[in-house]
Amino acid sequence: MAKELKQTPLFKYYKENNVKLMDFGGWALPVQFSSIIDEHKSVRICAGLFDVSHMGEILVKGKNSEVFLDYILTNDVSKITVGQAQYNALVNEKGGTIDDLIIFKLDEKEYLVTPNASNSDKVFQWMGKHLTEDVVLENRSEDIGLLALQGPHAEKILQKLTNVDLNKLKPFHFIQHVELKGLAPVLISRTGYTGEDGFELYLKAEETEKLWYLLLEVGLDEGLQPCGLGARDTLRLEASLSLYGNELSDEISPLQGGIGFAVKIKKEADFIGKAALTAQLEKGVDKRIKGLELVGKGIARHGYKVFDEAGLEIGLITSGTKGPTVGKSIALALLTANKSEVGTKVKIEIRNKLVDALVVQTPFYKK
Amino acid sequence: MTEDRLYSKDHEWILPLGENIVRVGITEYAVKQLGDVVYVEVPEVDTEVSVGSEMGTVESIKSASEVFSPVTGIIIAVNEELEDGPELVNASPFEEGWFTEIQLENPIELQGLLTEEQYNTYIAELAAEEEE
Repeated sequence: MAKELKQTPLFKYYKENNVKLMDFGGWALPVQFSSIIDEHKSVRICAGLFDVSHMGEILVKGKNSEVFLDYILTNDVSKITVGQAQYNALVNEKGGTIDDLIIFKLDEKEYLVTPNASNSDKVFQWMGKHLTEDVVLENRSEDIGLLALQGPHAEKILQKLTNVDLNKLKPFHFIQHVELKGLAPVLISRTGYTGEDGFELYLKAEETEKLWYLLLEVGLDEGLQPCGLGARDTLRLEASLSLYGNELSDEISPLQGGIGFAVKIKKEADFIGKAALTAQLEKGVDKRIKGLELVGKGIARHGYKVFDEAGLEIGLITSGTKGPTVGKSIALALLTANKSEVGTKVKIEIRNKLVDALVVQTPFYKK
Repeated sequence: MTEDRLYSKDHEWILPLGENIVRVGITEYAVKQLGDVVYVEVPEVDTEVSVGSEMGTVESIKSASEVFSPVTGIIIAVNEELEDGPELVNASPFEEGWFTEIQLENPIELQGLLTEEQYNTYIAELAAEEEE
């Protein structure tokens, strides 16, 4: 590889095992270990293990942490308690999305924020620019490794490594300082990005490889497979989870980008972007992310144009593939809102041909 | 791989079937680069093609890749099995996953293609470049 790519703590493992690496937003990561389809199916049927150490980790500390986060995020941070996680959006004054991220309330005065890898520096700078008194930021992205264990057998596998009763850990909750077979304390959250049950494990970067081996070993009987970012993308797309850079961007608001549930316009705190988002809600959003199913043949890719039946351009494909579980050619598209009710027939321009598609209910897959 | 096949630098294989007809498919190397094939678009029979012209698309989960004609001529057959079974390209790139059959206009063009040995050297060089 010509360009110098950033390495996760598993880089040495990838090299030793001849895992082919690709450039993912500046990070050297595997697209697949065996086959995207096989890995995708293993997550749906049994379990898959992902290296997502490239994700950012920012600590927000100090007695005004909650007030600060409520001022820069769209969701109602005051609503969560210690041990709870919350999906959130960070927007600019115009309502454009700077990032989508999860926040973890570690204690009354401390939060862990996990931005997307490619947005990590941008988010840290934005936070620094809007910092209020008695709040301190620490960018811990380099010291923290992150593995995602996803699939119906994830709990059974992880339970083999700890006495903590994982059955009691509810979705979007987490436990800190969990001891896993001689490793330094791990933060275990019941979160993920695949549409399946599962966990994300935050730990010391230098112990990530050890946990990777440990999980693959105890997960062998449950069919645990190492998975690359290719399967992560097909899984999240079937579950209709928006991805930054595709469904969300500086130009796309959370209301347009399919994550309106993370915007609490009526929360007590005033927040950056509130006026713009309120205006969008009052007028009704002009465009929004919708699910498409191809009726004709082909695969719709990011950037392809979408037309209505009269031939008028009504939007662009943001993500598309053939869904390995749903077995259909599916896509998400940013479409003119009043032209894209569920059931609407549309056409997608695929290599100069117009292919029939239908606006459908999302998610495409639900467990 | 059979010894009779020729290869292009665009990773197509060309199998002479006699009577100035060749069968064309994509090589195992190309298939490995693509990953799981989920859709194949073959050209229509009677389409005229020339060296390097586009004659269809092979789509994997991640991307779409054009297939280029390694010769000049007319498409006389396409593998219709690929429409419902794109995975044949992964499972059997050299046999069941063939792509088109072409009636050659300039049979002499075949002399410009690579032999199996030359092609293997070529992909070894590509692999080495990628490692760097």
